[in-house]
Amino acid sequence: MHFKDRAALEGYIEQLKSRPQPRRVLVCMGTGCLAKGAQKVYQSFVETLQRKGLNVEVDMDTSESSRHFALCSTGCMGICETGPRVRIEPEGIQYLRVSPEDVEEIVEETLEKGNIVYRLVQQETINGETRYWPLVKDDPFYRKQVRVVLRNCGSIDPESIDEYLRNDGYRALAKVVTSMTPDEVIAEVTKSGLRGRGGGGFPTGRKWQFARMVKADLKYVVCNGDEGDPGAFMNRCLMEGDPHAVLEGLAIAGYAIGAREGFIYVRAEYPLAVNRLRKAIESAYQAGLLGENILGSDFSFDIHIKEGAGAFVCGEETALIASIEGKRGMPRPRPPYPAQSGLWGKPTIINNVETLANVPQIILNGAEWFRSFGTPSSPGTKTFALTGKVKNTGLVEVPMGITLRELVFEVGGGIPGNKSFKAVQIGGPSGGCLTEAHLDLPIDYDSLCSAGAIMGSGGLVVLDEDTCIVEVARFFMSFTQSESCGKCVPCREGTKHLLGLLQKIVNGTASMEDLELLEETAQVVKDASLCGLGKTAPNPVLTTLRYFRDEYIDHIVHRICPAHVCQAMKEYRIDPEKCKSCGKCARVCPVKCISGRPRIPYVIDQDRCIKCGSCFEACPFDAITVEWRRKNHE
Amino acid sequence: MENNTGATTLERSFEKVNEILKKHGYQPSNLIAILQEIQAEYRYLPEEILTYVATALGVSPAYVYGVATFYAQFSLTPKGKHIIRVCDGTACHVKGSSQVLKVIRETLGLEEGKDTTDDLLFTVETVACVGACALAPVITIDDQVYGLLDEKKVREIIEAILEQEGGK
Ligand SMILES: Cc1cc2nc3c(=O)[nH]c(=O)nc-3n(C[C@H](O)[C@H](O)[C@H](O)COP(=O)(O)O)c2cc1C
Ligand code: FES
Ligand code: FES
Repeated sequence: MHFKDRAALEGYIEQLKSRPQPRRVLVCMGTGCLAKGAQKVYQSFVETLQRKGLNVEVDMDTSESSRHFALCSTGCMGICETGPRVRIEPEGIQYLRVSPEDVEEIVEETLEKGNIVYRLVQQETINGETRYWPLVKDDPFYRKQVRVVLRNCGSIDPESIDEYLRNDGYRALAKVVTSMTPDEVIAEVTKSGLRGRGGGGFPTGRKWQFARMVKADLKYVVCNGDEGDPGAFMNRCLMEGDPHAVLEGLAIAGYAIGAREGFIYVRAEYPLAVNRLRKAIESAYQAGLLGENILGSDFSFDIHIKEGAGAFVCGEETALIASIEGKRGMPRPRPPYPAQSGLWGKPTIINNVETLANVPQIILNGAEWFRSFGTPSSPGTKTFALTGKVKNTGLVEVPMGITLRELVFEVGGGIPGNKSFKAVQIGGPSGGCLTEAHLDLPIDYDSLCSAGAIMGSGGLVVLDEDTCIVEVARFFMSFTQSESCGKCVPCREGTKHLLGLLQKIVNGTASMEDLELLEETAQVVKDASLCGLGKTAPNPVLTTLRYFRDEYIDHIVHRICPAHVCQAMKEYRIDPEKCKSCGKCARVCPVKCISGRPRIPYVIDQDRCIKCGSCFEACPFDAITVEWRRKNHE
Repeated sequence: MENNTGATTLERSFEKVNEILKKHGYQPSNLIAILQEIQAEYRYLPEEILTYVATALGVSPAYVYGVATFYAQFSLTPKGKHIIRVCDGTACHVKGSSQVLKVIRETLGLEEGKDTTDDLLFTVETVACVGACALAPVITIDDQVYGLLDEKKVREIIEAILEQEGGK
């Protein structure tokens, strides 16, 4: 179909909605589930249904017969660790860890008889009593979530435009191009209070207003799908799970500022996202929802995909622009801001994937509706990639203002293995650590800022008692150090210096002066760097110093690692009772720090030992023990 | 000998490269995509091709070289047939990616400082998050994602590929 005008589109959507929905079997084909073999599960459904003479419609179906099923592959359902996941609608039954061998039973029991296969259901044992959550709506993982952006993710086939349309897809774009002026669109988005989900939290309406006001023959809109933050995959899931929502948001942004061309910049590590976006673009063109005179209006809009090539700094706006132009992705000083002079010198707005995916919902349901979620200064919801030491790792969407405690312990199900909560690292390499003291902090832009952290794009890594804070700070610094583009000295040299200092602390060779130097240098890098990468690179160090200074001091003064992570804080000792003075250990020691004589137990010189463990492996009498250094024996 | 193989690569390259350049309209703004496609074809970016691309696009070789060295995806030395990427993103890091990397390097017999095996079968690299963090620790082999790994699983996966390659 090719929609000539708004009425044709609305008519088609009504028609799609009025068709009775067959029972639907949704098989998750997100990256997580694919990695766990979802393709085979899907195939097994196809074969089993056919073998049993049940009619399978891979597309949507019009028939009311109870022997009809629609088999549908979706994007990420949110809790990938328990994949491959299968959901059956309309009941909303969800099965976890489904293998091809389970499929026969699901078809016979659930599809044919309407029974639940309990062994494949989410379960939890509390005080010896097992509880089952067969239905999506009862699952504690989903209970506190509000899915605005992710509403289609995991419940529609991302490769079918009909599925998107049936869920009110492109109705916002239709409304905008046929019945609203660009100023009205901007006013609505401004009123909604939507703030950029890419990290900074800049008001989206205001950004659009700037670009709208600039006079120029050409303007561009760019969707930032770079998502270079380690530990973040929200944008990936959105692009894979509901690509049309991103396209629709981008087109509306284009209409609002007066652009006729848009770019989606996706990182090369996301091949599935690129494929699904390409498919979506193609079907949107065929439907007349992209291209010339959309729905008979004066608005024409084209979308191109640009694949990144692996550089974190390319997520930064000015670097991203350079990269789209085919250059090295180096940032440049601002102003001028991209809204004044961006791609090829033309006014350009850059928005995050999630920001754009919010837009159609705001247009359809109104700014007031959007404001009913979240807090007054941070309205709406936020998606998070909940990972690390938490039971339900996955993709979640919660209203802004939810507390960290609710997020980690209710949605996330708490810390596995009876370990205790230590901190969360929020906002990726430019973010910070929050501690137990912050568990009741509402998560919104402003409260996070006041605690020294940032929302970032939504990476949230939970750390338990077995994680060493200093090592985590070192890890982030090694990331930013290697990703620094090298253009400005404070960032290029400063991050290297900071990494060196952190390495020294982890190696147990630092002094208290080094700690002072670390703090000072961090401040300088923060103040003097050119772009956001350098300006925020010291944040993990500064926040951990603020909340976990003791742990730094333990490493430096007492040479102990409380979490038992830093290898240098181990101690190899020879038990004099067990040592037979064979000398094997001394012979393998690469630094020759073990000495002894026949019939006298050997000893290790702790100051020179490099903890390589060769002696431990060489000893035939198990006389060598490994211990973590403790405070009292210093 | 070396000259010989060099010359044949070169001839072969120009044809393919010309096709790629043409497809992208000889636009310098498509340089990244052009290099990506060339690399997909040859598994790396041979130096003589970079110079050729520069001339064809009307930019300096230094410009092309600058772009080719800036992005992590590009390699100026030959890469192995199978590319193993070990995720060292936050989630994978706290769940033990360093150990995974160590096991892979051991299994492939890669000495320190080397990322590609001598038989050009494997290249091992680390990447910052492949976006499947819920399955940490994660690796990808030729874009196929493997998650929730431990030492044993990793070893099995690599050995399976080795066996397949040896059996051919
Ligand atoms: C080093 C660096 C990396 C960034 N990476 C991303 C990214 O991956 N995705 C993103 O949307 N924004 C990223 N940003 C923020 C963008 O520069 C920009 O602020 C954002 O895309 C604006 O969109 P928004 O207003 O919708 O949030 C990054 C910023 C910096 C300094
Ligand atoms: S990929 Fe299937 S639940 Fe995330
Ligand atoms: S941290 Fe490894 S996949 Fe994200």
